[in-house]
Amino acid sequence: MDEILKPATEWELKSMISALAERQIPAEIIGAGSKRGVGRPVSAPVALTTSGMRGISLYEPSELVMSARAGTPLAQIEVELASRGQMLPFEPIDLGPALGAPAGIQTIGAVFATNMSGARRIAAGSARDYLLGLRAVNGHGEFFKSGGRVMKNVTGYDVARGLSGSWGTLAVMSEVTFKVLPLPDDVATLVYTGLTDDLAVELMSTALGLPYEVSGTVHLPAGLARRLKQADLRSEKKSLTAIRIENFTRSISYRKGRLKEALAAFGEPIDLSLEKSLQFWGDMRRLSFMPYEPTHLWRISTSPRMAAKLVNDIKRHMPVEAFYDWSGGLIWLETPASADAGTADIRRAVAIHGGHATLVRADHSVRGLVDVFQPQSPATERLSRGLKDAFDPLRLFNPGRMYATM
Amino acid sequence: MPSIELPSPDASILARRNEIIRDLQSLVGVHCVIADEDGRRAFETDALTAYKRLPLVVVLPSTTDEVSKVLKYAKVNGIKVVARGAGTSLSGGALPSEDAIVVGVSKMNKVLEIDYENRFARVESGITNLAISDAVGRGGFFYAPDPSSQIACTLAGNIAMNSGGAHCLKYGVTTNNVLGVKIVLMDGEIVEIGGPFLEPEGYDLLALIVGSEGQFGIVTEATVRILRAAEGARPMMIGFESSAKAGMCVARIIGSGIIPVAIEFMDRPAIAVCEDFAKAGYPLDVEALLIIEVEGSEEEISDRLAYIASIAEELSPQAIVVSASAAQSARIWKGRKAAFGAVGRLSDYYCMDGTIPLTHLPHVLEKISEICARHGLRVANIFHAGDGNLHPLVMYDANKPGETDKAEAAGAEILKLCVSVGGCLTGEHGVGIEKRDLMRVQFSETDLAVQMRIKSVFDPDWLLNNGKVFPLDAVAAALARREAELQRATGAAAAA
Repeated sequence: MDEILKPATEWELKSMISALAERQIPAEIIGAGSKRGVGRPVSAPVALTTSGMRGISLYEPSELVMSARAGTPLAQIEVELASRGQMLPFEPIDLGPALGAPAGIQTIGAVFATNMSGARRIAAGSARDYLLGLRAVNGHGEFFKSGGRVMKNVTGYDVARGLSGSWGTLAVMSEVTFKVLPLPDDVATLVYTGLTDDLAVELMSTALGLPYEVSGTVHLPAGLARRLKQADLRSEKKSLTAIRIENFTRSISYRKGRLKEALAAFGEPIDLSLEKSLQFWGDMRRLSFMPYEPTHLWRISTSPRMAAKLVNDIKRHMPVEAFYDWSGGLIWLETPASADAGTADIRRAVAIHGGHATLVRADHSVRGLVDVFQPQSPATERLSRGLKDAFDPLRLFNPGRMYATM
Repeated sequence: MPSIELPSPDASILARRNEIIRDLQSLVGVHCVIADEDGRRAFETDALTAYKRLPLVVVLPSTTDEVSKVLKYAKVNGIKVVARGAGTSLSGGALPSEDAIVVGVSKMNKVLEIDYENRFARVESGITNLAISDAVGRGGFFYAPDPSSQIACTLAGNIAMNSGGAHCLKYGVTTNNVLGVKIVLMDGEIVEIGGPFLEPEGYDLLALIVGSEGQFGIVTEATVRILRAAEGARPMMIGFESSAKAGMCVARIIGSGIIPVAIEFMDRPAIAVCEDFAKAGYPLDVEALLIIEVEGSEEEISDRLAYIASIAEELSPQAIVVSASAAQSARIWKGRKAAFGAVGRLSDYYCMDGTIPLTHLPHVLEKISEICARHGLRVANIFHAGDGNLHPLVMYDANKPGETDKAEAAGAEILKLCVSVGGCLTGEHGVGIEKRDLMRVQFSETDLAVQMRIKSVFDPDWLLNNGKVFPLDAVAAALARREAELQRATGAAAAA
């Protein structure tokens, strides 16, 4: 990497990208760089970081809306929100620790550019659901905006959401506007122990089918539970299946009682205190039990009822550790280091059971060799290529990061 | 005469009408093709009834394959297509043109799969919005977006317009509740996007398709998220002496950390009309009324409503009425959801749909009154206050010369006002033809170009729902640029 460009303003961002476009110089697009190791290796002589554009530009707590420059650290945003009793409801995952970067450094722009949502996604929706608008510069060197600051907006196409999850390959965001929600008054967590993966999925799906607004359902098989920081949970030496409810204190005690009754067949749960609850879900958010190791980490999106079968299929080919979030709808899968990250077996299992898989952690050489993102069908490939051509015809932004030829 | 310009029909297509009808009949069968004038009349407009155009021909396919055949045929022959659900668009989104085939999805209305364990339903897109909730209600579930037209409107139309409703304050709009679609592109290709998974793979094509106003393709099937219904729900009504106080009350409730399922607002003229229609017990002597609904167990509901009442008390409300029974709750919502129809019994009206940041509510309401008074028109305000989505109903008499023009002019002023305070032209009804020419109030030429390039990715020849969403001159310029680029490319290839 020869050079790092760090625009401080929208205007600088636009002129830097125009200059790159004029000279047809591709650039790696980053925020704080904590997820730089995700995707196919980007070959570009220049990196462009949004981290110089920071600051909260609008915050109206009574309208549940905030705007921030793309390079604003997420940590700063969450502190500001918490000071007014609010939060980002989708509980953005912090991949830093799992990727060998520090926790808490990612930028708000990257949260939306990668559409990373945590456990509360199951109840509250994902990052892209909360993205209301953005300002950005495309590969033509054009500055544009989409959406706005109001909750309901169908004026024109939903370009903002369309850019979420595009990993900096279509445009460079300069500012994002998003919806926020009040922090819950109280949190309770019921932890069931010793369930098989199958039974755990059944428990989690049952809990979500009850009218008590469960806001988190995760399952850690014994091998992962053993790695938890919380000694009392670790010492169970069993798998752990956690159900979270969040609300006003009076509601919580009522709902907890009803949940325990309805789920009695799954055993007597451990009832975490507020403090332990927050610590537990914080660990889930940072994947702190899947730390940076020479193993590979996959992220698999599937239908909950298929989750355990899918993992079992993969286990026939390699030893794995699977963390089930979203009732099994999201699987974080740790696989042994190998030249191809087990790609063929994993993709085959995903094809059989439905869903898609992304290789989140692997060496540079492995990522250069295999498809990191789920290979597309010919039709979606054509549409994706069309979008890339529409936004970034010169292939300036993160060339090859998602797909080899784009 | 209404003033929005519609593209003039392509004479060469009109001249081929009989041949096109015969071709379509042989493609999908005579029973799926409506060619006679009386039959076509039923499709000449949508809920923006001031505009009418008799379509070239109407096709009502029964399967995705038939939709594919029709689109492929239209593409090869350069014929425009207008997709149609139930025709309830308030923005002219489903308005046909004389040179276009209308493809209606209303026959494709089956529920294909319900999976309570994984909380999704797969349905054909011609199903009505309410029929989805009805189908999953047995299991205690519901489909969240609830536009006022939910008895009639189709999911296909909801997806096209990214429809909302009263309860989206808590549960989100269509884009937040659709997980996947089967879409037929203009060249006839059938594409599956998303599925019963919570994450998109690759680019979020689904986010672009939802809200694309039928300009990207025709959605024939969808996988939607279904939610477990709360134990119970109950609305309360709070009346104030001014809209300003009602606005303040909304801000304070949300600021206090409570997100009700819905917060609806009606002003005095709207209250009177809705009460007359629904006999819901709306207080009549107040300037502004909030309908606030919360969910949970009986005890939770009482707690929550008492807390909201305590917030309201600080603003000296003129009335606080908690619904006393399921029957009254139903009447309260019936009145609200039938509001447009109830106003329609009194007068022609033009329904606006701007959204504003809530802090500007009192100022904007005052200005709306001023604007309408200046044009000599009456206005009733009914809207989703929780998310600032306004529905001023500008009343006029279509039979009085010049009144329609006045209503449209007042409407345009209102929407410009919404944008000027940081809001937008349309919160849930879509741009259609109605707000097409106002797009430049909200967007720069580049913003529009970025959107139009996406349109060209899905429908390079711009055959789908032509003449909507973008100003006609902007589209013409974009197509000319594209033509020039193609010619340059061909020229370069020839030179090489």
